[in-house]
Amino acid sequence: MSRYTGLSAIFKREFKAYFATPLGYIFLVIFLMASGWLTVARDFGQFLELRQASLVSFFSYLPHIFVVLVPAVAMRLWAEERKTGTVELLFTLPVTLQGSYLGKFLAGWAFLGVALALTFPVVIWVSVLGSPDWGTIVTGYFGSFLLAGAFLSIGMLFSALTKNQVVSFILSVAASVFLLSLGLPQVLEAIGSIAGVGGYLEQLFSALSLIDHFQSLMRGLLELRTVAFFVVLIGGWLGCGMMLLNQLKAS
Amino acid sequence: MEGEVLVDVRNIKKYFGPIKAVDDISFQVRRGEIFGFMGPNGAGKSTAMKIITCFLEQDSGAVRVAGHDTLTESLAVRQKIGYLPESAPAYGEMTVTGFLEFVADARAIADKAAAIDRVVDMTGLENVRYQTVETLSKGFKRRVGLAQALIHDPEVLILDEPTDGLDPNQKALVQDLINRIARNKAIILSTHILDEVERVCNRALIISKGQILVDSTPQELIARADNHNVIKLELAEGDKALAKRIEDQNWCERVIRQTETQWEIVAKDRENHLGEVMDLLEGVAVTSIAVQEGRLEELFREITEGVCA
Ligand SMILES: Nc1ncnc2c1ncn2[C@@H]1O[C@H](COP(=O)(O)OP(=O)(O)O)[C@@H](O)[C@H]1O
Ligand SMILES: [Mg+2]
Repeated sequence: MSRYTGLSAIFKREFKAYFATPLGYIFLVIFLMASGWLTVARDFGQFLELRQASLVSFFSYLPHIFVVLVPAVAMRLWAEERKTGTVELLFTLPVTLQGSYLGKFLAGWAFLGVALALTFPVVIWVSVLGSPDWGTIVTGYFGSFLLAGAFLSIGMLFSALTKNQVVSFILSVAASVFLLSLGLPQVLEAIGSIAGVGGYLEQLFSALSLIDHFQSLMRGLLELRTVAFFVVLIGGWLGCGMMLLNQLKAS
Repeated sequence: MEGEVLVDVRNIKKYFGPIKAVDDISFQVRRGEIFGFMGPNGAGKSTAMKIITCFLEQDSGAVRVAGHDTLTESLAVRQKIGYLPESAPAYGEMTVTGFLEFVADARAIADKAAAIDRVVDMTGLENVRYQTVETLSKGFKRRVGLAQALIHDPEVLILDEPTDGLDPNQKALVQDLINRIARNKAIILSTHILDEVERVCNRALIISKGQILVDSTPQELIARADNHNVIKLELAEGDKALAKRIEDQNWCERVIRQTETQWEIVAKDRENHLGEVMDLLEGVAVTSIAVQEGRLEELFREITEGVCA
C-alpha cells in the first residue's frame, strides 16, 4: 500500500467511463469537427496559396477549442460522484485521495490524448501538401497535450468544488479563459502601459502565461523551463483540488 | 457472545457546525454479533457509520477496526470493512459485472472472477450480470450494493439502512442474506424498522440526538417494554372481588379494567405470571386469556419521546 493505492483501478474505470455513454463520442466528434473546420476550412485558401506545409494554424486554434471542451471532459469527474453519492463508496474503498485524484486526472488526460491522436488526418494532409517540419509537429502535439492537461487540472478543481456539473463547467471555462487571456498581446500591451511597474508586470504575466509557453513549443522550441512551467502549473492545480475535495467530499 | 472485539468505538464526537451529529458514543462489536443500530432520522446513525468506515474523521475519540486505528491506519481499516452506504450508491453507467470488477480491482483481489461469481451467486444477481446498474430495480440495486460490500469476504460488515425503501419480499430476502452470512463476522446495521432488529440482530443499540440511550439485546428490550407479559383476560361476566384478589397478589402491579369483563393484568417485575393467574381463576368462566409480548415499537417511542420532541 502506498500513497497512490487505487490509482490504476480508478484510472481504468474512469477511462472506460468516457466510452460507456454517448457523451465521450459526442465530445470526440465535436472536437474533431471544430479543430478540422477551423484549420482546413477557414484557412483552406491560405493553405493552398502559401503551399505552407505546417500545422501552425491548427495548433494555434487548439487553445480556444480546449478552453470550452476540456471543462466538458473535467466537469463530471467529481461533481457526479458527489451528486450520486458514489464518492462515499469510493473513499471507503482502500484507495488514497492522491491515488483516486490522479487516477481520474490521468484518465481524463488519456482521453484528451486520444482526441488529439485522432487529429492525425491533418498531419497526413500537410505531408501531402509538402515536406513539413516534423520537429514542430512533434513539439506542437506535445505542447497541445500539456496544455490540455493544464486545463484539465483546472477543470477538475471546479468539479470538486460543486456537485452541479453545469456550474463546474461554467466556472472552469471562465477560469481557463482568464488564464489564457493573461498572455494575449493586447492584454500584455495594456499592462505594459501602466506607469512605473508596467514593464515588470508585463514580464511577470508573460512568464505566467499559458499561451506564451504553448507558442514556444508550437514553434518547435523544446525547453526545460517550458515543461517545468506546465508540470508546476498542473501539480499546483491538482494539489489545490485535492485539498478542496478532502474538505468538501462529505458535504 | 465471546468473539474477539472487531469494532471498538470510544467516545467519538462529530459536530457539523452547531449540530452535534454524534455526541460521545462508545460501543464494541464482537465477532458473531449482529448489531442493530436504531434511532429516529437524524439520530446520527449514518454519521457514526461514516466515521467507522473512514469516510469522515471524528472530532474526538477513537475507533479501532480489527485492531487498526481509523485515523492512522485508514487503508488497513478499509480493507477489513465491507460497507453499504445509505441508499446504495453505484456507478449507473457500468454493468453489474463491470462495477464489481472495479471494486475487486480497487481492493486488489487476486482471483477477481471467482470473487465476483461468489457474490453474484450469493445475492442472486445471475440474471442481471450484464445489465447496467441504472436499469435495475431498487431491490436489485440494493443487492448490487451488498455484493460490492461482500466481495472481499470482510470480517466487518457495515450496512446503512439495508432494507430501507424495499418491498416486504425484498426486505425478507435481504434479511435472510444477512442471517446467512453472519457467522464469523461482526455486522453493524442501521434501521428504523424495529421488527428487523427483532428478526436479524442479536444486539441492539438505540441512539437519539447523537447519544446512546440503550445498549442491550432485542430480547431484553422487548422484556423492558411496558406492555411485556401483560395478561389479557376476558371473562364471561364481571367480578370485582376477583379483580381485588388478583391485585392483592404481591407480584401484581395493577389490574386495568378496560370494560367490566376485559382486563389487563400488569406484573411489577414484567415476568410471566400466567400460572398464578390461572390458579386464581379456578371455577371462573373465562372467555379468553393471553400473554402479550412487548413490542419494540412502543419501547422505542417511550425511550426517544421527549428526547426528540
Ligand atoms: N455533511 C453534513 N453536514 C451538515 N450536517 C450533517 C451532515 N451529515 C449529517 N448532518 C446532520 O447530522 C445529524 C445526524 O445525521 P445522520 O447521521 O445522517 O442521521 P441518521 O443516519 O441517524 O438519520 C442530522 O442532524 C444531520 O442533519
Ligand atoms: Mg442515515
